[in-house]
Amino acid sequence: MELDPDDVFRDDEDDPENEALRQRASSKELVVYLVDASPKMFSTNCPSEDQKDESHFRIAISCILESLKTQIINRSYDEVAVCFFNTREKKNLQDLNSVFVFNVADREFLDRPTAKFIKELSRLEEFFVKEIGSQHGIVSGSRENSLYNALWVAQALLRKGSAKTADKRILIFTDEDDPFGNIKGGAKADMTRTTLQRVKDAQDLGISIELLPLSQLDREFNVSLFYADLIGLQGEDLAQFVPAAGERMEDMKYQLRKRMFKKRIVRKLTFSVANGVSIEVHTYAFIRPTVLGSITWLDSVTNQPIKIERSFICADTGALMQEPPKHFQTYKNQNVKFSVEELSEIKRVSTGQLRLLGFKPLSCLKDYHNLRPSTFIFPSDEEVIGSTRIFIALHRSMIRLNRFAVAFYGTSSHSQLVALVAQEEIIDSGGQVEPPGMHMICLPYSDDIRHAEELHSGTNAAIPRANEDQIKKAAALIKRIDLKDFSVYQFANPGLQRHYAILQALALEEDDLPEIKDETVPDEEGLARPGVVKAIEEFKLSVYGDKYDESDNAGHKKVSEASKKRKALADGAVQKSAQYNWDALADSGKLKDLTVVELKFYLSAHDLPVSGKKEDLVKRILTHMGK
Amino acid sequence: MARNKEALVLLLDVGPSMHHLLPEVEKICSMIVQKKLVYSKYDEVGVVLFGTEETENELTMEVGGYEHVVVLQNIKVVDGDLVETLKKIPRGTLPGDFLDAIVVGMDMLIKKYSSTNKGKKRLCLITNGLSPIKDPYEGSKEDQVNAIAQQMTSHGMKLESVVVRESVVLDENVSVMEENDRILNLFPKRTCAKMVFVESSTSLLGALKTRSISPVTIFRGDLEISPKLKIKVWVYKKTSEEKFPTLKKYSDKAPSTDKFASHEVKVDFEYKSVEDANKVVPPEQRIKGYQYGPQVVPISADEWDAVKFKPEKSVKVLGFTDSSNIMRHHYMKDVNIFIADPGDQNAILAVSALARAMKEMHKVAILRCVWRQGQGNVVVGALTPNVSDNDHVPDSFYFNVLPFAEDVREFQFPSFSNLPASLLPDEEQQEAADNFVKMLDLAPSDKEEMLQPDFTPNPVLERFYNYLELKSKHPDAAVPPLDKTLKRITEPDPELLAKKKSAIDSLLRHFEVKQNPKLKKSMKRMREKPSGSDEEDNYRRITSKNKVDLIENGVKVEKIGDLTPVQDFELMMSRRDNPEWINRAITEMKNKIHDLIEDSIEGDNYPKALDLLVALRKGCILEQEPKQFNDFLHQLCKFCLEHDLRSFCDFLASKGITLISKTEAVDSDVTEEEARNYLVKREAKPE
Repeated sequence: MELDPDDVFRDDEDDPENEALRQRASSKELVVYLVDASPKMFSTNCPSEDQKDESHFRIAISCILESLKTQIINRSYDEVAVCFFNTREKKNLQDLNSVFVFNVADREFLDRPTAKFIKELSRLEEFFVKEIGSQHGIVSGSRENSLYNALWVAQALLRKGSAKTADKRILIFTDEDDPFGNIKGGAKADMTRTTLQRVKDAQDLGISIELLPLSQLDREFNVSLFYADLIGLQGEDLAQFVPAAGERMEDMKYQLRKRMFKKRIVRKLTFSVANGVSIEVHTYAFIRPTVLGSITWLDSVTNQPIKIERSFICADTGALMQEPPKHFQTYKNQNVKFSVEELSEIKRVSTGQLRLLGFKPLSCLKDYHNLRPSTFIFPSDEEVIGSTRIFIALHRSMIRLNRFAVAFYGTSSHSQLVALVAQEEIIDSGGQVEPPGMHMICLPYSDDIRHAEELHSGTNAAIPRANEDQIKKAAALIKRIDLKDFSVYQFANPGLQRHYAILQALALEEDDLPEIKDETVPDEEGLARPGVVKAIEEFKLSVYGDKYDESDNAGHKKVSEASKKRKALADGAVQKSAQYNWDALADSGKLKDLTVVELKFYLSAHDLPVSGKKEDLVKRILTHMGK
Repeated sequence: MARNKEALVLLLDVGPSMHHLLPEVEKICSMIVQKKLVYSKYDEVGVVLFGTEETENELTMEVGGYEHVVVLQNIKVVDGDLVETLKKIPRGTLPGDFLDAIVVGMDMLIKKYSSTNKGKKRLCLITNGLSPIKDPYEGSKEDQVNAIAQQMTSHGMKLESVVVRESVVLDENVSVMEENDRILNLFPKRTCAKMVFVESSTSLLGALKTRSISPVTIFRGDLEISPKLKIKVWVYKKTSEEKFPTLKKYSDKAPSTDKFASHEVKVDFEYKSVEDANKVVPPEQRIKGYQYGPQVVPISADEWDAVKFKPEKSVKVLGFTDSSNIMRHHYMKDVNIFIADPGDQNAILAVSALARAMKEMHKVAILRCVWRQGQGNVVVGALTPNVSDNDHVPDSFYFNVLPFAEDVREFQFPSFSNLPASLLPDEEQQEAADNFVKMLDLAPSDKEEMLQPDFTPNPVLERFYNYLELKSKHPDAAVPPLDKTLKRITEPDPELLAKKKSAIDSLLRHFEVKQNPKLKKSMKRMREKPSGSDEEDNYRRITSKNKVDLIENGVKVEKIGDLTPVQDFELMMSRRDNPEWINRAITEMKNKIHDLIEDSIEGDNYPKALDLLVALRKGCILEQEPKQFNDFLHQLCKFCLEHDLRSFCDFLASKGITLISKTEAVDSDVTEEEARNYLVKREAKPE
């Protein structure tokens, strides 16, 4: 059981080199959070969950913090910048007034989030007034436009990275629905125009701009005053916008910590259908156990990474040697040697492709025909034109006829008999739940299947079977404890979430662990409902009669019998042990003259392990006596 | 005999009706011994043959009877000689009586081991069950079986019978066969016995467990449906991948005179500081670091233990749900089996009742499992019923691990229905596909299911152990090709393909696939050639130009592919079933050459095109179609000159490609000189 889970599932598809490649190739997200820091953001309060009033500014910051804490685990390669506008101080490359880009040492303005960055951001309040300060940036009479400046700074930050590989976003947090409200006449129109132009320029560069408005208690954020034009809202969307934005903020806070993977082709395969006709399919790793992430060994004194060096030593001569080219298996008292080439030759039984062997009804695919997670297959016409058409035709036929395909999938290092199960597309309101395609399921060989159920069939008597009544009672019970709409995706892995929480607490030097709810525990309350209890009691009565408690006790009795026996043995040992003068024997070095059985009297009497060779026993006794 | 040791007696039917199967019997029996030599080399094996001309066993001397049963090998510890013996099983001449053989085998086991013996005793019978059983001297055959079964039970023996049942059974044998099946079927009812029917030689190879692994429970305790209802269960592994054996690394450092050298290699890991390569970091000073963003956060084992997730050991039912809510591809790992505590009759009943109710209602149970105390994680999975139809095997559940939310990656794919019509099959194509799926049936109702996982051996492991045996005798032997029987696992069954040829042909007729011409040199896809597979054989034969051989081999090429165009072309040209093939082959070849030249960048395709052209030329001479080639060459040269590909003409000239002249093919109207000068002349002619 103590296998490295990373290793178990690492067939050639998951090698680390590939991983590096993937991360480089995958598109990343660049986000600039623009937070309004005007005095209004601090003055207006609204009740938070724990009934304490919180300022809008604090709400915005905590939302960003939660989102960053998720992101650092989910997509740590994405880059972020946090930027305040309407500030007293300024800090930005363009040296524009009223805009302050928040940052920590060893980090560019727009960069991957680090623990330090998150930590500093979380204690922002301590130094905000002193170092950044809040101040209205747009006042009548001056030509300063802090919103314009902020957008300019954000856009400049997002110049990094090409539009093709990166997804660029600006998120604006504000509670001012009419930023130019206190400006009159031509100046207002002018400012509005230039600001909108700046937004348009940014959008032309492939940057999307989003607004997260913060409504006041008495007055809802009025998007139509200014921001509707800025983010391009019209008609129905306008009415839906504010409530939807509220939900988005909640989403940002309560996202599951989950490593995200970009859709990536694991392998391009040739799927040979018949008589030399081959089509092209791509495979995807759809479901894979998520592991804790790579472990780096560190030197606990310096916290520097450790280099691991492997060396080969000849067991006979002790000489240091190169990685040996040969392996051997002891067989019939001789060492049969194999070269690496011979071994890989043995494993190569197929052509590194998928070969169709035939079809079977789905009922032939048993629940125990499984070894590892499945792999998803989707056709492609990229190299072989006509592939998709054949694939879809077979897919439809297989669904219609309730059949799955049996194929042989072989690579140079691993080959396997597989079942290809056609999956129809499933869509619900939230989008695609199951994509259309085939799932490749590894079938076991006869060598891999065990027959544990036949182990205990040695007796003459037939095994008891449940009668009609018992089955009926079981059915009633099953109906009672029903999970409607169960979905395999509904549980978060409590161990993994705990790990992330611990990691976060240690990295950010947080004092207490974030609360992790274990969603996988049974619903005790539901089980205590009278209807359920009644069904359970009836089932118990039907199967166990009135002896349920007895049979429960029987188990205990059995255990106690075993322990009684053990106790009796120990007692016997104590008595026997008392017949020897152990101290004298030990002192005179005569312990080794005793038999193993005799030595064990002492060990059993003192509750010590009795395993090992005679020397070990003697040593153990001496250690125990303190000699 | 120790507790974990096994004594096995093989009871092999060698009568005339078995002769054609004996090669496979030899393979599986020697494989059993070979694996024992690796994994349990103190196990003991005996061999009894029945259906022999001779009679040679102790019982016949002691009590008489038991004729035509020969003890080929008395029970002894496995060794290399035994493998040899089993590879050359003598053929018998008479129909054999398997009951006699069972009694002889049983007698051997009883005489060899006293009844107090704790080890496992097993009898393995391989027969086709087509030879009649003699009537006993007294009582009925049933009584005889009962008596034998009783003896077996009292001595703790197990009987495994493999009955090879080929599809064709002659009429006069049917009654014998039915009678034998009935008798053999009595054993599982009376004692600890198992019986399997196999129909193909491939499944015969997989029918017997060649390596016995003593099962270990991974959990013993309560299956908790509610705090008020707990069922005692034991959990075992149902499937577990048998891995390729890990071989030891070989060191040749020891002097050859050292007879006791182990030749082993120790692998030593040293942990060194990055800054100072000479500084070794002791194990207790090492600490694990986890990635958090760009940083690595060190967490010591103690810290970790203090705060980590520590669920209590338990197996709890979260609830039941429709089996349709769980998809087959959600299964994550190897499979476990839940069996009621064999000592608890009520638990057996409770499991039986639940399993049967779940099966009827199409429900599965969702479980939360913590197998061991101290396990750092929980497992959520689906429990599905496994209702047994054997009276001696209890009902049980299979358990499959399901993914957590974090394990599922949400990739989106286009809907098939949204794809352009050019990618979708039309009605006729769909019909052809339907027919194809129906016809290429591996589980026809009248025959055994082919490639059933339970009876399909792992071809790689079989190959390894065979090679190991071979190498133990000939250290320099090369890896032999994959065994014919094993090839039925890695490649389609030619018999099935031939039988369903019409469905396959129709599929191929309705669909067209071609390489995307826009892709230059299709991304250097590595095509590994399997060793010893049909493909390689074909390849060799083709290169040796042995066409007759190919035709016999039944390979019918219908298209010129990109992989081996020359071979495909030659195959097509050599097809005799329809004269059209020749024209088709020539036309296709011409197109291929054309495409190659057109797609070539700075002449990178020229050598390939030349190969094809040479093949085409040769084919045209052989088939007396010189005009086809000559016209094509004219055409090609014209095309090249028009499209600024003169370099190809020059290339051809330099390689000495000429038209086909009269001397080579009578039908040609080109003289030898004209032929030779064609391209040269071109070259000389200024544009």
